[in-house]
Amino acid sequence: MFPRISVRVPYTRLLGFGRFGVLTFIYKRFLNLVMLVVLASSLGYFLAASALDPRANFEGRNPPVAESTIDHKLDAINMNTKTPILERYVTWASGVIRGDLGTTLSEDSVNDEISRRIWVSLRLLFIASILGSVLGVLAGVFSAVRQYKFFDRYFGIISFILLSTPVFLLAILLKFGAINLNSRIGTTLFYTVGEYTPELSGGTWDLFVNRLQHLILPTLSFALLQIAFYSRYQRNAMLDVLSSDHLRTARAKGLTKRQALFKHGLRVAILPMTTFFAYGFGTLITGAVFTETIFGWNGMGLWFITSVQSNDVNSVSAFVLFSAVLILMSGFIADVATAALDPRVRLR
Amino acid sequence: MSLLDLEVPNIEESTSIERLSRGQLVRRRFLRHKLAVFGLITLGLMFVLAFIGPYFSKHKWDELDFFYLLQPPSREHYFGTTQIGGDVYALTLHGLQKSLIIGLLVAVFSTGLAAMVGAFAGYLGGRTDRALMWLVDFLLVLPGFLIIVILSPLFRGKTWLIFVVLLAAFGWMITARIIRGMTFSLRERDFIRAARYMGVPAHTIVFRHLIPNVASILIIDATLNVGGAILTETSLSFLGFGVQPPDVSLGTLIAEGTSSALTYPWLFSFAGAALILTVLSVSFIGDGLRDAFDPGSIKSAKK
Repeated sequence: MFPRISVRVPYTRLLGFGRFGVLTFIYKRFLNLVMLVVLASSLGYFLAASALDPRANFEGRNPPVAESTIDHKLDAINMNTKTPILERYVTWASGVIRGDLGTTLSEDSVNDEISRRIWVSLRLLFIASILGSVLGVLAGVFSAVRQYKFFDRYFGIISFILLSTPVFLLAILLKFGAINLNSRIGTTLFYTVGEYTPELSGGTWDLFVNRLQHLILPTLSFALLQIAFYSRYQRNAMLDVLSSDHLRTARAKGLTKRQALFKHGLRVAILPMTTFFAYGFGTLITGAVFTETIFGWNGMGLWFITSVQSNDVNSVSAFVLFSAVLILMSGFIADVATAALDPRVRLR
Repeated sequence: MSLLDLEVPNIEESTSIERLSRGQLVRRRFLRHKLAVFGLITLGLMFVLAFIGPYFSKHKWDELDFFYLLQPPSREHYFGTTQIGGDVYALTLHGLQKSLIIGLLVAVFSTGLAAMVGAFAGYLGGRTDRALMWLVDFLLVLPGFLIIVILSPLFRGKTWLIFVVLLAAFGWMITARIIRGMTFSLRERDFIRAARYMGVPAHTIVFRHLIPNVASILIIDATLNVGGAILTETSLSFLGFGVQPPDVSLGTLIAEGTSSALTYPWLFSFAGAALILTVLSVSFIGDGLRDAFDPGSIKSAKK
């Protein structure tokens, strides 16, 4: 090989705020992300405010409510359709900047509602996405290494079927399967409604087990699809790497197959996964909406559905903000991970 | 010209290798893909079932049979009846019809949009490219699903075609990115340059030279998008934000069936099976097409 002209950057400069530093990269990406969050949530507000009609909740009631009363009520929660939409937006946005997301239709604070629900959703999202991506990557690597063997063939077909099944159908099937299993073994092994049994009394251990029994099915319906998704891509990426020159070189210089695979193969093959992780998070939030609805979890997703049905503009906008922040954060983490793994990215 | 070049035709004439056109090659490679053939046959059957199947039943999908309420499958009602006496066979086929039509329309629209946006962004480059790709990034940030749910009150009670347009409007971004990447390399090819220097305007180059040259990717993506569109449509309809009653789709049927499906499994199992089979066969076909058009991408897989 001819010597290539390349920019040699001292390692110390890679860490700081310099032209090639990770921190500069992070800082630039972060500013871009903040701007995208602002735009996305503003668009969300405008769409919600123009498509949903909170007035309809009060009209057509018996006895009829006077229009001035409705106006008064809607003015109090900044949802009066007679106020120009731009004015409502400014009121809403100035509240959001101060950390106040407004009031729901039933005149509760949106912030309170979120703080009550957010952990329900985040727990589901985090456990499922960690489980899904780790198991998916492992299954993909294993399929690629043992290509066309038993596991690869059957796992491939199963993941194809899983990927053709919408989340809601998978969740329903799991739910029915669990109910059948419960009635067959005579005790409730898996709970299918809610996130814990409210009337339960017992020690911390019992509470923990109870929560776990509630958690398994929603997490599973979530994680299975991700395992299928990630494993397909990881398998392809790994197959490309397996036939690459640098892996052959690694083997030729005397590394065992396992060492070569994990030190030189997996590292390269896992890079494109970070992008899928970033773009996959939107699908994940959509999935949360379904699992929460079907398993009766009082999280953000269920709240979104009921808010749209009840024309609750502020709650809907809050959910859009929540999902935009989550998606962009996952994108940001994916970007930083890519930059950390692959120095070429930083030079762009 | 070297001697070697002159000899080439002789070699080809003397050996009896059959010369295949690209179309024949693609067809042959596709037919070798067993799962893809399975997918094609299944999808064909689904279409036959959805569009010809209804003529084999005495009952229409919007007809109620008050003598048979919640009956299991029988001679009279092949798939049983619902709580109010609707014929599940007719309902399922009608829902399948709607889901298939929506899936096809959305895939065609969104892939067409993706081809145009991607080709223009890649060909024009510069400011246009940056603006369009920013739009793509932005739309990828906001899940289209959420936007359609929020906008659902606007098309409630109106034609389902608005729903199709919305689905297509939020389904084109990733394909557009791929097309843009391919256009970047096509742009520098001689035939495009020749056209440009002859003064052919940009839009003619895009439609006459660029898009036909990425046709294989477009066909593959359109196929895969059919599956994606059906999944999104049924999901939205399941929650009540998509196809509106009295019209039915596979999503609404499954939603109505789930409440009592444990005791009356025929209410939703046929619709569920039809949905999974349709999407599965579409993705098999897409996979087969990809292998057929671009065998290089699976070189490592085939060994």
